[in-house]
Amino acid sequence: MNKIFIKQISKSFGATPVLRDVSLSIADGEFLTLLGASGCGKSTLLRILAGLELQTGGSVAIGERVVDGVRPKRRDVAMVFQSYALYPHMTVQDNMALPLRMRRLSSWQRLPLAGRFMPGTTATTAEIERDVTRTAKALGIGHLLARKPGQLSGGQRQRVAVGRAMVRQPAVFLMDEPLSNLDAMLRVQMRAEIKELHNRLGVTFVYVTHDESEAMTMSDRVAVMLDGELLQVAPPQEIYADPDDRRVAEFIGSPKINMLEARLRDGGLADAAGTSFAVAANVAHGTALTLGIRPEAFHLVDAGGANILTGAVRLVEHMGSDLFVHLDVPGTEHPLIARLLAERAPQILTGQTLHLGVKPERLLLFAADGKRLRPHNHRNGTVLRMRELAQ
Amino acid sequence: MSTHSPQGLSSSSAVMRHAALLITGALILIPFVWMVSLSIKPPGEIFRASFSFWPHEFYGIENYTKALTEAPLPQYMLNGVFVCASIVILQILICAPAAYALAKLDFPGKNLLFAMVLIALLLPHEVLALPLFILGYQIGILNTYAALIVPYVVSPFGIFLFRQFFKTIPDDVIHAARLDGLSELSIVWKIMVPMALPAIIAFGIFSVVGHWNSLFWPLIAVRDQSLMPPPLGIMAFKNEEAGNDYGPLMAASTIVVLPLIIAFLSAQRWFVEGLTGGAVK
Repeated sequence: MNKIFIKQISKSFGATPVLRDVSLSIADGEFLTLLGASGCGKSTLLRILAGLELQTGGSVAIGERVVDGVRPKRRDVAMVFQSYALYPHMTVQDNMALPLRMRRLSSWQRLPLAGRFMPGTTATTAEIERDVTRTAKALGIGHLLARKPGQLSGGQRQRVAVGRAMVRQPAVFLMDEPLSNLDAMLRVQMRAEIKELHNRLGVTFVYVTHDESEAMTMSDRVAVMLDGELLQVAPPQEIYADPDDRRVAEFIGSPKINMLEARLRDGGLADAAGTSFAVAANVAHGTALTLGIRPEAFHLVDAGGANILTGAVRLVEHMGSDLFVHLDVPGTEHPLIARLLAERAPQILTGQTLHLGVKPERLLLFAADGKRLRPHNHRNGTVLRMRELAQ
Repeated sequence: MSTHSPQGLSSSSAVMRHAALLITGALILIPFVWMVSLSIKPPGEIFRASFSFWPHEFYGIENYTKALTEAPLPQYMLNGVFVCASIVILQILICAPAAYALAKLDFPGKNLLFAMVLIALLLPHEVLALPLFILGYQIGILNTYAALIVPYVVSPFGIFLFRQFFKTIPDDVIHAARLDGLSELSIVWKIMVPMALPAIIAFGIFSVVGHWNSLFWPLIAVRDQSLMPPPLGIMAFKNEEAGNDYGPLMAASTIVVLPLIIAFLSAQRWFVEGLTGGAVK
């Protein structure tokens, strides 16, 4: 019903391209996150969806309707801004009532004094007031209706901004980094509240963020953007475990994925960092590869060998349940980071020599151009099915 | 030690600063105080060699009665109120949308238009007096209220001031308003103008003070005494009636500036906020 189709959208500001040929379809009721570093064009894409910015090329459809050139107010979308964008001279009540007043009252009925005497104004105004009060109560800001935004805390303002978007029951919610002005504690709390709101309303959410943990915890699917390009659109666990592109693998995950430069030789072996790894890639011998190893893909072993990296411990970080071990391995540029379970790892000391094994199926292979090389070009069956469902 | 010497330095510089402020303040205030003082003195005392602020014989009632009755001073004041109010209302009606367009909308020729506003800001209004007089003659509005009002309704200063203030309002607020369903004109009147209220009030005071005191253009534009604004009226009053009768003249002047003083004192807070608000945000 309210699917969104984004077809080959491009946008440039003057000679600078911001979005390049972005295509994406968003299912009805889906929570989709646009994730990327600042300046990657994700906010611009959101503004194009809202109609606040005009695309240079391509087309947007919401539901069955192509909305190119349709004014923002006629698109049936609501947006929550990073800065909240509340009207500082109006009370919370007026802030939330404004979108309803603009829609339900005629311009004659909105006149400051005379409007009150137009037929139907009183009834509609009472109805608007009821809707505002109900929404405010649902968000826990019912007691703040008479205040102005300047008298509210960050979290309260955020709720008012959500309330203003929610009160008119739009088909699509657009959120532009709504949590980035909040402190860490509140952010985690609001994250859960927004997710809950999505479950309750069941409408489509498009959420922009640069915060990986927000994207991973809230979304049905994550769209990773870089330099105006859409790199991968997939559910969070797939984005993490099965990235399409080296840049996606590097952007997602903390600590960062370890990357080893390798070269393929006979027998399906790749040499990297003084050891050889069994790889199942369908490429010619002598090809340069990059091996990606997630920090938690390592396990402790007793002695060196194939698929095992050996190095000196440089730094140990205790994270409670986990240990982050930084390992200097000869032949690598940066120290490797391994994430080991605290109770499974014995006392590890700085300077100690450590052997870390990697199971071949946990290696992620990337070609020189950054594209993922999958074992014999086969995808995981479940992943394939999920993709079909999403499209 | 280290805290003492800067404090000593700042207190001596504070003395200097206050001395300079007191002297300039006095230079501005003395003629004004003198005017008030003269307005309550009998004719004999005005030209006495010795100066005292308070008169030996209180002659205020006579002077003020004469000022209010011998010339049509209430008529001048009403003219002034009508003309100033019309000017300031029309100025805001025209400047706010223009400033919004220059501050927040994108259209070809925007920079050129803004450059023209800046050029207009540099031109003193007196330079335009002759062309405006000829124009007024051609369209036949000389010697009417329109001649006093129309030349001022587009204020480059107002457009410039509002534009600077509107620029400090984040774009997200405008985007939110568009999504909420406001048209561009309702954004101006419901969002931008209320948010820029300090600047609007500061501009209003500037405009009212300027046009209330304006003498040059009314002198050219109107001849009819029933249309004259207060300063022009006082000049006419002096020429025809008063001669050397400075007491009633000063009383009339005091009456004329009184509304401005009251208005300024009551809006002082807004005035300062409006002039500095854009700069510090």
